[in-house]
Amino acid sequence: MCSSYCYTDHMEKSALLLINKLSVSVLDKPVLYDIDLCINTGLIHAIMGPNGSGKSTLAYALMGHPNYRVTSGSVLLNGTDLNFLSVHERAKNGLFLAFQHPCEIPGVSVASFLKEAYIAVTGQHISAADFQVLLRERCAQLGIDPAFMARSLNDGFSGGEKKRLELLQLLILQPKLVILDEIDSGLDIDSLKIVADGIALARKENPAMSIILITHYQRILNYIMPDYVHVLCDGRIVASGDGAVAYVLEAKGYDAWKKQ
Amino acid sequence: MEKAVAFNYVFRSDKGLNRKIVIEISEKKNEPGWMTDFRLKALEIFESKPMPTWGADLTDLDPNDIYYYIKPIEAQHTQWSDVPEKIKTTFEKLGIPQAEQKFLAGVGAQFDSEVIYKNLKKRWSDQGVIFSDMSTALRDHEAIVKKYFSTVIPAHDNKFAALNSAVWSGGSFVYVPAGVRIDMPLQAYFRIDSSQMGQFERTLIIAEPGSFVEYVEGCSAPIYKKNSLHSAVVELVALPESHIRYTTIQNWSNNVYNLVTKRAVAHNNARVEWVDGNFGSKVTMKYPCIVLKEPGAKGSIISLAVAGNGQHQDSGGKIIHLAPHTTSNIIAKSISKDGGRSSYRGLLKVIKGAHSVRSKVQCDALIFDDISRTDTYPTIDIREDHVDIGHEASISKVSEEQLFYLQSRGLSEQAARALIVNGFIDAFVSLLPMEYAVEINRLIAMEMEDSIG
Repeated sequence: MCSSYCYTDHMEKSALLLINKLSVSVLDKPVLYDIDLCINTGLIHAIMGPNGSGKSTLAYALMGHPNYRVTSGSVLLNGTDLNFLSVHERAKNGLFLAFQHPCEIPGVSVASFLKEAYIAVTGQHISAADFQVLLRERCAQLGIDPAFMARSLNDGFSGGEKKRLELLQLLILQPKLVILDEIDSGLDIDSLKIVADGIALARKENPAMSIILITHYQRILNYIMPDYVHVLCDGRIVASGDGAVAYVLEAKGYDAWKKQ
Repeated sequence: MEKAVAFNYVFRSDKGLNRKIVIEISEKKNEPGWMTDFRLKALEIFESKPMPTWGADLTDLDPNDIYYYIKPIEAQHTQWSDVPEKIKTTFEKLGIPQAEQKFLAGVGAQFDSEVIYKNLKKRWSDQGVIFSDMSTALRDHEAIVKKYFSTVIPAHDNKFAALNSAVWSGGSFVYVPAGVRIDMPLQAYFRIDSSQMGQFERTLIIAEPGSFVEYVEGCSAPIYKKNSLHSAVVELVALPESHIRYTTIQNWSNNVYNLVTKRAVAHNNARVEWVDGNFGSKVTMKYPCIVLKEPGAKGSIISLAVAGNGQHQDSGGKIIHLAPHTTSNIIAKSISKDGGRSSYRGLLKVIKGAHSVRSKVQCDALIFDDISRTDTYPTIDIREDHVDIGHEASISKVSEEQLFYLQSRGLSEQAARALIVNGFIDAFVSLLPMEYAVEINRLIAMEMEDSIG
């Protein structure tokens, strides 16, 4: 039933995320076909593919964007069928999408947004003072100037600042499954290291956290070592393997699969 | 319960408007002859002026189908059971105490803040401050009322200013002596008598040199009215070095035409601020104005309009620079949703000789959906070269991507919309007294709940 990397029934049953024959259309145009994926707790799965292969579609479909319609198949997160959950309920169930292009929202301060998100996701109320302490600590870990907290959400942020803010949210919301959608795009090597360190920190604090790392380039895999690599071409997973697949890709390019 | 006795006294004029009714109104109030004459002259002006057609659609408004004077006591005599369910629910959600709910709905006359108010009143009157309803002021302080009444907004200013001048009833009178700085906002609803809730309020505030006063009218709760026309006139006189801040939060029920004329005159180095929040109503036409008459005067107008289904908020601000070294600032924010329409209509005028003027106008519109509408009608008339004028306008839409982003962080769609809107109106809310800011945030959250989305 689950073709890739759930070697036994036992593993499948204990999977954090189980994607079964998932097909997705974007505004009625089919983009993903029969995706099978099984992700256990604490593991990193890289999904690599050329532009237009459907990588981001997978990310958006998992998070539940209204324009990304599941036409067949299912996705279970901890045994719960995501099709029955709205976007914010998915977040409360531990799913987190780090966006490739985080949205700008003028007038909404980073701090007030984060506090509202924290209360929504954790269901725990926190005093403004306690949240300040939490924020300060997290900002220090990511080298974010606390003055950022008073600024409008992503408004006028550089690419690197936006990505760091995504990581800050990740550290504060403590999700179970993180989708990193091209977190490396547009980052110079220093920013990439900061992002990789942030992810390492999050994993250290929460070893059970699983990651779907969506990327075009092999480069980031030098910093975040995947347990599995899947190659997505034209809406299908065409190859899966361990980290070595990435090196094959690096050497041969995607064309090797595209021609098949 | 002095009011209970007054319930026996009921007076209501005939529908429509004529000389007899205007004279009756004036007689019932025992007004001096000059006021009766003023009213009658205003009536002629009202009748001679055509309905304005340049702004919001007023074709459904029939001035002859309105009671122009109802003794306030009778107006209060609404049964609680008559108040629409939606309004009651809103009161509940806003967490407004029962007694206050009844007051706001026009059911009860008493309001719990009476004791607090009496103490404050003594403190103010010890300083020479006059704060009363307009009719009382006319009786007790006729000379000073006569000196300033209608000097800022003459009856012939516009058709509805003329109407108000003819039939005004209720409203506040505030006089602040020289050098007195009132350290807390005067609130209209501290005044127990409900005459300020009338249809044709007339408010006049005079700040003597060096004084400061902040006046707050209205509240975020919806004002339920059986009457469909509300037409107020508000005049502010800011004498040299004084500072007046006038804050309005209005949330009319959806059958109301809210046609209001508000104007301030700022003298030497005086400062005037209009803070104006408009929710509800069917049609609102309101453009607070500041005339910067003498050098060094400063004016600012901060407004917010929320237009929902079936509503047209036609609002904005007018600044007239008559003197050099005057500065002004307009921030107008509007939100259109569920098919509502908001229009910004503004005037910025600088006369010849008013050099070294600085002015900044910023209008921001937020639209929720494709069925709602926003327009901007700015008029800029500058007759002087040495000025520094800035004008910015923006229209933004609550995008699907913004909503998705916030929802992906655990916020429900309503919470996401409310957060975006609260961010949008932050510049407005930050100017409000704390308790109003809290109310506005709750009101926005409720508006989002009601929204079709």
